[in-house]
Amino acid sequence: MDQPVLEMTSISKAFNGITVLDDVSFSVNKGEVHALMGGNGAGKSTLMKILTGVYSADKGEIRIEGKPVAIHSYEDARANNISMIFQEFSLIPTLTVAQNIFLTRETKTAMRLLDDRDNKIRTAKLLNDLGVDIKPDDVVQSLGVGYWQMTEIAKALSQEAQVLIMDEPTSSLTKTETEVLFSFIEKLKAKGYAIIYISHRMDEIFKICDRITILRDGRKITTEVIKETNLETVIQHIVGKSFNKAFEWVERDYAKEAAPVLELVGVSSGERVRDVSLSIRPGEIVGIAGLMGSGRTELLRTIFGIDPMDGGEIRIGGKRRVIRSATDAIDAGIALIPEDRRVQGLVLQHSVRDNMILPVIRKMKKGLWLDDRKANDVSKRMVERLKIKTDSIFKTSNLLSGGNQQKIVLAKWLANDPEVLLLDEPTIGVDIGAKTEIIDIVREMAESGKAVLVVSSELPELLALSDRVLIMHEGRLIKELQRQDIHTEEELQYAIQGY
Amino acid sequence: MPSKGINPATPAPFAGLKGFDWRNYIVYIAFIGVLIYFSVTLYSDGFLTTGNLLNIVRQTATISLMGLAMTFVISTGEIDLSVGSIAALSSLTGALAVSHGFGVIGGLVAGLGTGVLVGLVNGMLVTKAAIPSFLVTLGTMGAVKGVAMWVTDTAPVPIVSDTFNFIFGAGDIGPIPVLLIWTLVFTIIAHVILRKTSFGRQTLATGGNETAARFSGVKTMRIKLLVFLGTGLMAGLAGLLYAGRMNAGRFSFGEGDELSVIAAVILGGTSLFGGVGTIIGTVVGAIMIGTINNGLIIMGLDVSQQMMIKGLIIILAVMFGKKAIKK
Repeated sequence: MDQPVLEMTSISKAFNGITVLDDVSFSVNKGEVHALMGGNGAGKSTLMKILTGVYSADKGEIRIEGKPVAIHSYEDARANNISMIFQEFSLIPTLTVAQNIFLTRETKTAMRLLDDRDNKIRTAKLLNDLGVDIKPDDVVQSLGVGYWQMTEIAKALSQEAQVLIMDEPTSSLTKTETEVLFSFIEKLKAKGYAIIYISHRMDEIFKICDRITILRDGRKITTEVIKETNLETVIQHIVGKSFNKAFEWVERDYAKEAAPVLELVGVSSGERVRDVSLSIRPGEIVGIAGLMGSGRTELLRTIFGIDPMDGGEIRIGGKRRVIRSATDAIDAGIALIPEDRRVQGLVLQHSVRDNMILPVIRKMKKGLWLDDRKANDVSKRMVERLKIKTDSIFKTSNLLSGGNQQKIVLAKWLANDPEVLLLDEPTIGVDIGAKTEIIDIVREMAESGKAVLVVSSELPELLALSDRVLIMHEGRLIKELQRQDIHTEEELQYAIQGY
Repeated sequence: MPSKGINPATPAPFAGLKGFDWRNYIVYIAFIGVLIYFSVTLYSDGFLTTGNLLNIVRQTATISLMGLAMTFVISTGEIDLSVGSIAALSSLTGALAVSHGFGVIGGLVAGLGTGVLVGLVNGMLVTKAAIPSFLVTLGTMGAVKGVAMWVTDTAPVPIVSDTFNFIFGAGDIGPIPVLLIWTLVFTIIAHVILRKTSFGRQTLATGGNETAARFSGVKTMRIKLLVFLGTGLMAGLAGLLYAGRMNAGRFSFGEGDELSVIAAVILGGTSLFGGVGTIIGTVVGAIMIGTINNGLIIMGLDVSQQMMIKGLIIILAVMFGKKAIKK
C-alpha cells in the first residue's frame, strides 16, 4: 500500500519575479488521505493548480506511478487520472445524476441514440459500489450539497481517477453530511484511491488523514505521519515564527464603561447563526474568528438584514430596531463592507466618485438634479483622507488596484457616517502596504466613536485590529478573549479549532 | 449555489410522489381549459368542427416549427430574435428562385440556404465575437428585414408553381393538411434530437451550467453555433411555408413571429435561463396560442381586444407555471 501513486518533486513557481513555491516536494500513496495545510498564501492552492494544469511549474517534476508526466491543462490532469472535486462547478443542476456522471460519455444504441437505460444501470452500479444513497434519476439540483460532492466524486471515479483533490470539502456541509462524507472517504481509502485533503480544520485532519504536509511562505515545512504528531506541533509549523511587524497591535483607549452602540440578544438565522449575543461599545473593535462555514459571514449578513432573522433582537444605541432589509439596516446606522467587493461592494464600471456617493445620493440633490459640486467635493475629500491612488475621481473604478478599490468601498460608507461598521475580510486580496493602511483607516473610524465588528480569517490581521476577539463555532459564539490575554497566534488558532 | 436544496440528509426519498408538480404541466392544463371553454361557448359557431381545428393547425404550423428550433436555443440559455425576419427573407428568396425557373428544389435550397446563412452569422457573432445573443439577433432582426424589403423594393413575388404551393402549404393529402404533416414530422425529429441524442443532452448541459459543461468535455461553443443554425434553418422553412400558403413571397411575412415563438417555448415549460427544455410543451404552447387567436376571432373580437387577452393569458400561464422560471 505504500508505493506513491503521485510524486511532485522540487516544484518551484514564481509570478512576476515573486516566488510563491520554492522547491516543494509532495507525494501521495495509494489508499492514503494526505492533508495539505498552511495559512493563507502558503502556496497550497498554487501547488494544486500546478497539479491540475491551471499553472505550469517553473521547475520540478510530476510523476504518476513512477512515470514522469507533463500536465498543461485540466484535460491532461484528467488523462493522468487526477481529479479535482469542485464544490459545485462541474455538475449541471438541471440534469439527473446519471446524465451528469456520463455526460459526453454515454452509452449509445445501434442507432447512435443515447441508451439512457444502460447509463442508469451503470450509474446505479457505480453508486452502489460506492455505497452512496442516491438514485440515478434524481435531478441534481434537488439534492443537498453533500450529495453534489459525492456525485462529483462518483463522476471522477467513473473516469478512472486515482488521485482525488478535495479543497475544504466540509465547509458547506452540516455535521451529519460531514459524517456521511467521512465514511465515504473511508470506503475510497479501502479501495486504494489516493486523496489530497485541503482543510483548515484540525479535528477533521486528525480524524481521517494518514499523513500531513505543511507549507508556509511557499516552502514545505514538514511531512509527518498523523499518528506521530499532535495539534500543538502542527499549529506551530503553520504559524512559524514570522510575525509581521506591520501588524503589531497597539492598545487603544476607549470608554470601556460607555453604553453599547450595538447589542445582539439571542440572534438566530437558519443553521448558521444560533443564539448569538454580543455588545460593542463606542470606539471598540471586536473581531470574530472561526473556521470557514462557522457562520461568521452569515452573522454579519443577518445584522445587515440580508439573511432573515429567525429570532432574537438587535439594539442600536439601546433602542430595539427591526431590520428586515439592507435599507432598514442603513437607516439604523449600520454599514456592511462585504467580502467580495467586486461583486457586492462596487459598481466596477462606474467612476470612483459615483461609487462613493451612491449611499448618500439622497443628500446630494439640488432640487431634482444631482449637486455635482457637492458630490465632487465630498469625493475629493475622501480620496485625500483615505490616500486612494487615482489620477481623478472620474476614473473607472475597475482600473484601480484591489487595495484602492477596497478603500473606495470604505469611503462609500464613511460618507454615510454609520454608527456601526461591519467588515467582512476587509483586506482579502490586497497587497501588504494597502493592508496596513486599511487597518489604520478602520482604527481611525473606531476612534471617532463607531462600533466596529470585523470578520477575518487572517489571524495576524485580526490580532492587529481587535480589542476583543469572539470565537465562532458552528453558528455559536463559544468563547470571548480580551486582546491583551492573547499572546500568540497559536493561542488564537487553538481557540478557533474549538479546543 | 445549491444551498437552498431539499434537506440533504434525506435525498428526496419520495421523489416519485413529490416529483409530481402540476406546475410542470401548466401548459397542458391551460390548453385543455382553453379548448373546453371555446368548445362550450363557441359550439354553435363551429369551433369544434374538423375544418376549424385543422385550420388552427395550418395557422400555427410556422410558429410551431420555429418554436422547435427555438427550444434548443433557449435551452442553451440564449435567444434568437431574428426568426421572423429570416422567414420573411426566405419567403422572398424561395419565391424568386421558383419564379426564375429553378423549380421547387431551387426554391427549397434558396429559402433554407438563406435561413442557414443568417443562422451562421448569428452563431458566429455569439460564439466567436462573444456578443450576447439578444444583441446579435436584435441587430440581424432589423438588418435581415431591411434586406427583405430591399431585394424586391417591398414588392411581393408571386409563385405560380402549383407543386410548390401544394408541398409548402396549401395542399391536403386526403383530409390531412400538408402543414400538419410538416409539423408532426419535425416535432418527432426535434423531440428525438433533444431527448435521445448526445447533441440534445449537451444542449441542455450547456444551458444548465456552461462552465461545468465545458469541464465535462462539452464543446459549448460548437453547440451554440449549431442551435443558431437550427433556428435559421427552421425559420427558412417557415418562410417557404408562408410563401406556399399565400402563393407568394412577401417582406411582411413573419412580422412579430419572434415574440409568438418565444412565448410558445416559455409557455411550454422551457426555462428562459436554459438547462430545461421540452419539445412537446413548445408545440402545445404554439397550438394553444393559435387556438386562443382562433377562438377570439370567432367570438368576433377585434385585433386590439385579441392582443390584450392573449397577452393576459400568456402572463397568467407563466405566472402560475414553472417555478424554474425563477431559478
